[in-house]
Amino acid sequence: MQTLYLALALFLLVNLGAGMWRIFRGPTAADRMLSAQLFGTTAVAVLLLLAQTKENTALLDVALVFALLAAVTAVAFVRRAWTDQEVDHDSE
Amino acid sequence: MIPSDYLSVALLIAGAIFFLAGTLGLLRFPDVYTRLHALTKADNVGLGLIVMGLVVQAESWAAVGKLLLIWVLVLLAGASVAHLVARGALQRGIRLWKR
Amino acid sequence: MLQWALDALLGLGLLWLAWCALMSPNLLKAIVLFVAFGLLMALAWVRLDAPDIALAEAAIGAGLTGALLLAALARLRFAYADEETVGSPAQEEAKVRFPQWLPAVPLLLVVAGLGYVVLSLPPYATGLSTEVTANLESSGVSNPVTAVLLNFRGYDTLLELVVLLVALLGVWSLDGLALGRETAPGPVLDTLSRFLTPVFILVAAYLLWVGAHAPGGAFQAGSVLGAAGVLLLLAGWRFRAGLTELPLRLVLVAGPGAFVIVALVTMLMEGQLLEYSPEQASILILFLETTATFSIGATLAALFFGGRPQDDKEHT
Repeated sequence: MQTLYLALALFLLVNLGAGMWRIFRGPTAADRMLSAQLFGTTAVAVLLLLAQTKENTALLDVALVFALLAAVTAVAFVRRAWTDQEVDHDSE
Repeated sequence: MIPSDYLSVALLIAGAIFFLAGTLGLLRFPDVYTRLHALTKADNVGLGLIVMGLVVQAESWAAVGKLLLIWVLVLLAGASVAHLVARGALQRGIRLWKR
Repeated sequence: MLQWALDALLGLGLLWLAWCALMSPNLLKAIVLFVAFGLLMALAWVRLDAPDIALAEAAIGAGLTGALLLAALARLRFAYADEETVGSPAQEEAKVRFPQWLPAVPLLLVVAGLGYVVLSLPPYATGLSTEVTANLESSGVSNPVTAVLLNFRGYDTLLELVVLLVALLGVWSLDGLALGRETAPGPVLDTLSRFLTPVFILVAAYLLWVGAHAPGGAFQAGSVLGAAGVLLLLAGWRFRAGLTELPLRLVLVAGPGAFVIVALVTMLMEGQLLEYSPEQASILILFLETTATFSIGATLAALFFGGRPQDDKEHT
């Protein structure tokens, strides 16, 4: 089981690396923010798997804080940093 | 491996597949709305399946409660953020993708 | 093998993200990369068996700094609204006056100093962990990190609290900001803030309590509380003007204030700054951590607000 947890954590990290491409590519600010959102969820999943391998329940608290704060950055983006005019080249 | 392990393995792998699908969607879908659709699947179902897979292995009810709370929080945040981003994108005139 | 691959991926990913965040000319992209960096950093701390720091990094690095930077970006755009971009001709001129290599000199000095220190470290450090473990019983808590932060080196935490407060004073001395409500948050954000705030408070209390025997403590709890404040501010919630004057200031100084009072009292009673007697250590630490949690939470939320709160009428 340990191997599976680690393998899945590694798989999710690679996944996350692939998702990075969207941060660079954009094209809209919202797209970049979406990949940050996916980063957050994936990090929670990786943390849960690592917590299982290390059998350390304190890591569940780290995941809990992650999950709790997941919304804050995205809400700050929508409410503050998103400019009103978004250049519309959002189609490939 | 005992029977519950098989269940756990199946759930965890299914969860990872949803994460893969979510990432693929984020990379391949044509506009922000469809990408949002792909992303929320990873958020909700992917993490949900992984949480379920770990719940099967959990040693105490406290751990089960914490795992479920984490999932519920991510569900709540994911759904709200998806709504806010989609509404914001519409308000800012980002057009929907048409073939 | 798998562990090795995981660590290598994390390490390389961190370096790459840091480089990309620094080099990005698009500030929003840089912030998103920085948030991603914070997430990976927390995972790296977990791999290094440092859940205490992972917890702090999760709360501050991945949660709060992202929101703070995004709000700062919004204010930057507002400030430069007249000019076309942030890299305007006025700034180009300022750049020309200083040779661009100049900042490299102090940086190289720092790198040389750090390199010297790293190279001169003994190959196998004994560290202080054995001493901490030996004295853990008299510290009043069973989590070694909390014992160090609140008991053995309590003055560190006192000074950290003061640093936070000074940062806020710096922000407040720049400008006042009207308390007026911003655009309506809409039903979803409104409901989200109502649902999440009690959970934030509960988790903060839990982290504060659990800090005595497991990873957690005042800074983690305080930043969770601060994040609740940030979410409420974003959802358009505001205090009444009266509450932002004296009451807010009292909460802000409660943590450092309590620390200073305890430091003075212990100095009079025991002859040493912040040296608690083992019988009282546990209750004193809980008291200090509780006041510190409130102060840290209030300070972080006030930092996010980004200016000295002012009544609408006062601000013209």
